[in-house]
Amino acid sequence: MSIKRISGPALSDLLQSLTGLLLVLFVWGHMFFESSILLGKDAMLWVTRMFEGEHIFGQPYPLLVSAVAAAIFALIALHAILALRKFPASAAQYRRFHQHMESMHHADTTLWYVQVVTGFSLFFLASAHVFLVFIQPDNIGPYASSDRIWSGRFWLLYAPLLVCVHLHAGIGIYRLVMKWAPIPAAQTQQVRRRLKIAMWGIIVFFIALGSASLVTYMKIGYDHADRVGERYHGADGRGGV
Amino acid sequence: MNQIPVQQVGRTLQIEILRHNPYDPASKPRLQTFEVEEADAMTLFIALSEIREQQDPSLQFDFVCRAGICGSCGMIINGRPGLACRTLTRNLPQRITLAPLPAFELIGDLSVNTGKWMRGMSERLETWVHSQGLEGLDLDALEPAMEPELAEQLYELERCIECGCCVAACGTAQMREDFVGAVGLNQITRFRLDPRDERSDAQFYELVGDETGVFGCMTLLGCEDTCPKDLPLATQIAFLRRRMVMAG
Repeated sequence: MSIKRISGPALSDLLQSLTGLLLVLFVWGHMFFESSILLGKDAMLWVTRMFEGEHIFGQPYPLLVSAVAAAIFALIALHAILALRKFPASAAQYRRFHQHMESMHHADTTLWYVQVVTGFSLFFLASAHVFLVFIQPDNIGPYASSDRIWSGRFWLLYAPLLVCVHLHAGIGIYRLVMKWAPIPAAQTQQVRRRLKIAMWGIIVFFIALGSASLVTYMKIGYDHADRVGERYHGADGRGGV
Repeated sequence: MNQIPVQQVGRTLQIEILRHNPYDPASKPRLQTFEVEEADAMTLFIALSEIREQQDPSLQFDFVCRAGICGSCGMIINGRPGLACRTLTRNLPQRITLAPLPAFELIGDLSVNTGKWMRGMSERLETWVHSQGLEGLDLDALEPAMEPELAEQLYELERCIECGCCVAACGTAQMREDFVGAVGLNQITRFRLDPRDERSDAQFYELVGDETGVFGCMTLLGCEDTCPKDLPLATQIAFLRRRMVMAG
């Protein structure tokens, strides 16, 4: 028996789900690394060096960060073009969906629209963030990031990005499970209820974690505002980032 | 002991109905409110019949069985689709708004032509058993027996009454008129299960393997939450999606 090649609408639907899944896993992982600042500047410095390959190669290669950013950007682009198929395509479709949503008062219908709105926002917010990491991979670190966020006013990008990305990721994962998972009919409602609770728990957790670290970066940036450009050298006094 | 709970004080229900006769050029869609004294165990079917008998004989709505079997009385009840004959007024607020199911051709007031839509869907998806050599079938011979579990599975999916609630509850169907809806996808899974149907997954893929079929579904789950027959629509659609990805 040969495995047939998956193509056409089947491939589009599968790829949309898979790219979404990969992006969500990346974003969730990213949150833990990014929030290492909550453990202190040295913890964040260690994570930064790790991603620049210093722990393996002996010296930092910021290009590694650029490479990851480029890969993520490609995933976002692919996910976006596939997801665009599902967007309402005309004013009439928007109007009908709005009417439907307002009449139904149905959580999953409304959540889909949240996906549309946050997804659309992410075209811009996520692109701006990933592009910056791509072109300035060496500009990440306890002081570099904090200066960018406070003195460079990038918190204005990161705050809405944080909310949009976690709503989109949490709701997306919930929908992904409902879409593909073989849940026995008798357990659908129970599984769904639990997934919903998990979904909101995860969304709240990551937004709280992200907010805490964003505020921390802002605080460090504020205190460091008169020394913008200076790099953090770490407790070990080695090369700063 | 063994007493059916009786509601002591009856309410005066205000039933607001979206009225329109598309065949009358002078008719404009409008909301008309009727007042009905609520009786014990009253369904919307009873309330509407009372309105038609006592207040306005021109009110159009469909009923046949009054028992949730025929699927004629699907309508939008306070924003969500449901069967009027299965909806008890005591579970609704005192003010009730009724509208015809969207996505179907309006006959008048609350009456829509779900039959026309369902027939179109059925012809498009070929929702009947496809089998070779049926002409030579001996109708007097006993059919090969089916496993009871399989028969039960088929029967479960066959319970669909084509009331149209899943289509009216579907955000995708509201935006894209050519989407076959949960009713269509459910029927495909039903015939796919049926051992008498000789169609392969590749053939089913031809029918539902695109954006008007299973890959158009965005898993908003309005169908699952409003199906008056509690059909396992989410499970069936997820199953069909997995099969169709393998077949595609």
